Amino acid sequence: MSTYITIIIAAVLTNNFVLSKFYGCCPFLGVSKKLDSSMGMGMAVIFVMICASLVTYPIYYFILEPLDLTYLRTVAFILVIAVFVQLLEIVMKKVMPPLYKTLGVYLPLITTNCAVLGVTIMNIDESYNFGESIVNAFFSGFGFALAMILFSGVRSRVDESESDTPAMFRGIPATLVAAAIVSMSFLGFGGLGQ
Amino acid sequence: MNYGKEFMKGLIRENPVFVALLGMCPTLAVTTGAFNGIGMGLSTTFVLICSNLVICLLKKAIPQQVKLPCYIVIIATFVTLIQFLLHGFVPALYTSLGAFLELITVNCIILGRAEMFASKNGVVASVLDGAGMGLGFTLALFLMGSIREIFGSGTWFGISIPVLETHTMSLFVMPAGGFFVLGIVIAIVCKLSKKKPPKKLGCSACPNAAVCSAKCEEAE
Repeated sequence: MSTYITIIIAAVLTNNFVLSKFYGCCPFLGVSKKLDSSMGMGMAVIFVMICASLVTYPIYYFILEPLDLTYLRTVAFILVIAVFVQLLEIVMKKVMPPLYKTLGVYLPLITTNCAVLGVTIMNIDESYNFGESIVNAFFSGFGFALAMILFSGVRSRVDESESDTPAMFRGIPATLVAAAIVSMSFLGFGGLGQ
Repeated sequence: MNYGKEFMKGLIRENPVFVALLGMCPTLAVTTGAFNGIGMGLSTTFVLICSNLVICLLKKAIPQQVKLPCYIVIIATFVTLIQFLLHGFVPALYTSLGAFLELITVNCIILGRAEMFASKNGVVASVLDGAGMGLGFTLALFLMGSIREIFGSGTWFGISIPVLETHTMSLFVMPAGGFFVLGIVIAIVCKLSKKKPPKKLGCSACPNAAVCSAKCEEAE
């Protein structure tokens, strides 16, 4: 049980996926303008991370490892994830149209987002078992969503006071400096759960 | 076709990091030292040149509907190759880059160049474009890595610098420092080039853009 708690604290607070590991910076900086889009994105990332971990775990331990092909994991993971997404999209469209409407648009993300590939690689590198992998995926996604939601609040303030910002900082540079301050505040959690 | 121009544009004028704002994740994550920055940059350059070459040669054979999976598999192959090379010859770099070496696969610079350049242009131009963009990326990572290492650890390529060595600001090598230094550098680049700082990331080449920016615009 204590390993699960350690994983949860690390994934959400001490080693937050965006703010200290820099996985998934593109959506973090690109979509975090408004609260509701941040939340939608966050939920979708949690969902796709769990799905990706579910498929890649058996592939690594039941196919690649027995055959001594672990070095192929990058190619295998990305290919399998891509195929799986296509399947999921078709099935979802047919079976659960309401869910497809809310989450469907985000599904292509699963293929080429470094946060998603990152979490599957991390599960293997940290040699988590199946349960731990799923918990790690869920809470890594949760940490991502938390960072995005917090940051969207900060960012709306930064954007509001744009006229006070020096001209050379308006736009992305100011956003990055704001992200640095949010990331600094997460440093306060360091040492927790050890 | 002016081959020199294809090569030079990636270095400064269309620098993938400071001007086009692509490939943010590795830029922020691995630049805690100048050596790491160069290592990551050159690995990415290798993958970029090879994938541009192969994709350019196969552009007629790859069907339009499944081009993304095809590109990704080609890129992932070269990433596996560079992983082996680094593991064998530069194990220290292999360890310090960690998962980010594998994540070159989903680096939007590589996919972006495949989509926007290699699938439309000739072989020589594609290779030169890959080399130019890759070296521009390396230059950016080297600059970021140097700034963070000099101020954060008081060293440069591991050689200690007098005065700064005893007055380190460890914030610079922490994750927060990555965001901070990148923000400052982009602001300075905009000031020097007398351009307005960009409002958005260079997402146009990213396969996720349809999802991300659609959501963005909906919110606005």
